[in-house]
Amino acid sequence: MKLLNAITLSLAALFTASLSVAAIAMQNNDVSQVKLPSMKPGQYDHQAPTLADIENDSELHPELKKVVLKGRDLFMNTQQLRGKYVFNDMNCKSCHMGEGRMAWSGPVWPAATTLPDFRGKNGHVNSLEERIAGCFSFSMNGTAPEYGSDTMLALAAYHQYMAKGAKVYDRNIGGRGFSSLGKDIPKDVSFGQGAAVYANNCAVCHGPNGEGKKVDGEVVFPPLWGDGSYNWGAGMTRIFTAASFIQNNMPLGQPGRLSDKEAWDVAYFINAQERPQDPRYTGDAKETRQKYLNFHKATLYGTEVNGKVLGQHDNTGEKPFLKPEVLKPRTFSDK
Amino acid sequence: MKIKVLFAAWVCAGLMQAPAYAKGDAANGQALATQGDGSGAPCAACHGANGEGMAAGTFPRIAGLDADYALRQMVAFQQGKRVNPAMTMNIDNFNQQQLADLAAYFATLPVAAPAAATASQAQLELGKKLALQGDWDNYLPPCASCHGPNNQGVDGNFPGIAGQHASYLKQQLQAWQQGQRQSDPVQLMEAIAKRLSPEQIDAVAAYLASQPAAPQQ
Repeated sequence: MKLLNAITLSLAALFTASLSVAAIAMQNNDVSQVKLPSMKPGQYDHQAPTLADIENDSELHPELKKVVLKGRDLFMNTQQLRGKYVFNDMNCKSCHMGEGRMAWSGPVWPAATTLPDFRGKNGHVNSLEERIAGCFSFSMNGTAPEYGSDTMLALAAYHQYMAKGAKVYDRNIGGRGFSSLGKDIPKDVSFGQGAAVYANNCAVCHGPNGEGKKVDGEVVFPPLWGDGSYNWGAGMTRIFTAASFIQNNMPLGQPGRLSDKEAWDVAYFINAQERPQDPRYTGDAKETRQKYLNFHKATLYGTEVNGKVLGQHDNTGEKPFLKPEVLKPRTFSDK
Repeated sequence: MKIKVLFAAWVCAGLMQAPAYAKGDAANGQALATQGDGSGAPCAACHGANGEGMAAGTFPRIAGLDADYALRQMVAFQQGKRVNPAMTMNIDNFNQQQLADLAAYFATLPVAAPAAATASQAQLELGKKLALQGDWDNYLPPCASCHGPNNQGVDGNFPGIAGQHASYLKQQLQAWQQGQRQSDPVQLMEAIAKRLSPEQIDAVAAYLASQPAAPQQ
């Protein structure tokens, strides 16, 4: 009798379950497909070398190989610089997925092939080292290793090696940076719908409050806002940067899972949260926004969201200073 | 409006995230493990007296599993999101509190050191590469990017997979490929599993099985 009951119950459970399984299957039936944008005609792509390529490159001087591998190690585990140059939970690889080699994920080799170049963000010509210093100042909420130091040399060497065989100063690069969705935020972007997208797709890894996850102090999933995340001056605070990054890289392993609308909404939601102060802060977020509007026109910094002006605070997170010395203008006047 | 949206999100999230069940009672779980659910075999019949599992039968080690993870899996069997007739049959009479008790009990059991690897050195090397570096050119992030340092687990959604039987790991990766396991949040594992070649599955299962399940003291 009991057995019969159990069988009936099991059948009922199986029936219900098969319905819900069918519903799930209809929702997303081809998750194994990697849906990335295609390169435009004439765009230049480059296959960056793998770790095995570095290790097996018999033409590399052993000393150089050591330095390139050190750079790779710093890139993958930037937390080893925590408290000295890094004051949040980020690693280079947190945003530059796949060892910094992947198109549509901020591949790092273009930095080596196109710099020195003029950069709108700071209004002067930047070297590769200065570009890396930018990441340390904003995305890592820290300060850069000294120019010419062993650490900086190693990081620059890794970037340079990733560009092995690539064309120098060819600017028509496919999959560079994060802007595949264009730079215009859709008019109907929604904080509320972004919150729902976040809860359904992101919170399982990044936590219900964007706090990320650690195991024994080691970062597994980086925080997306709050003290452990990138600061208000980081490129990722731009809604279009985050939207494009998310659509082409998240959830991990499923590029293209989210629709354009979902990517914009969740990027808006994430970047409408508080984070450490922009190092260029003047003491007034609205004023800072105006001063750097070329950058901040794409962010919510210094604007009012849900009744609060974002970025109007003195919180620099774990970093015991506001502005790293490395952030300074460079001019080539004749005097 | 906003509350409605958040509520909808919460309901959807319920499909993939462990709801907050009552905390399990390990002592009661121990008793239940010996008794079974009244109409089926006790846990030890397949999973061994100490939850060590049995590689030859593809019965997983359940000793030392994260309790939230173990509970979520048993619920998935009851709901048909994981398919295994023996497992479903033997736990279908347990209520969720009893499942939580069982999960709490097995979480307390110590894990034996991994058995000596029988796979070839080349296979173990390939497995190690997949587990720690991934194969990004085929869009395979490393296992450790979700399963945590040394693949020893993060929480109830990202279980430790180091020190699990290779036969079971292989069987489960194949179950994902065939759509027989749908309990992973956001199809995170399904997407990866479906991109793995048979050689990669053998290699990564062999490597993970050879690794310690918990940090060495």
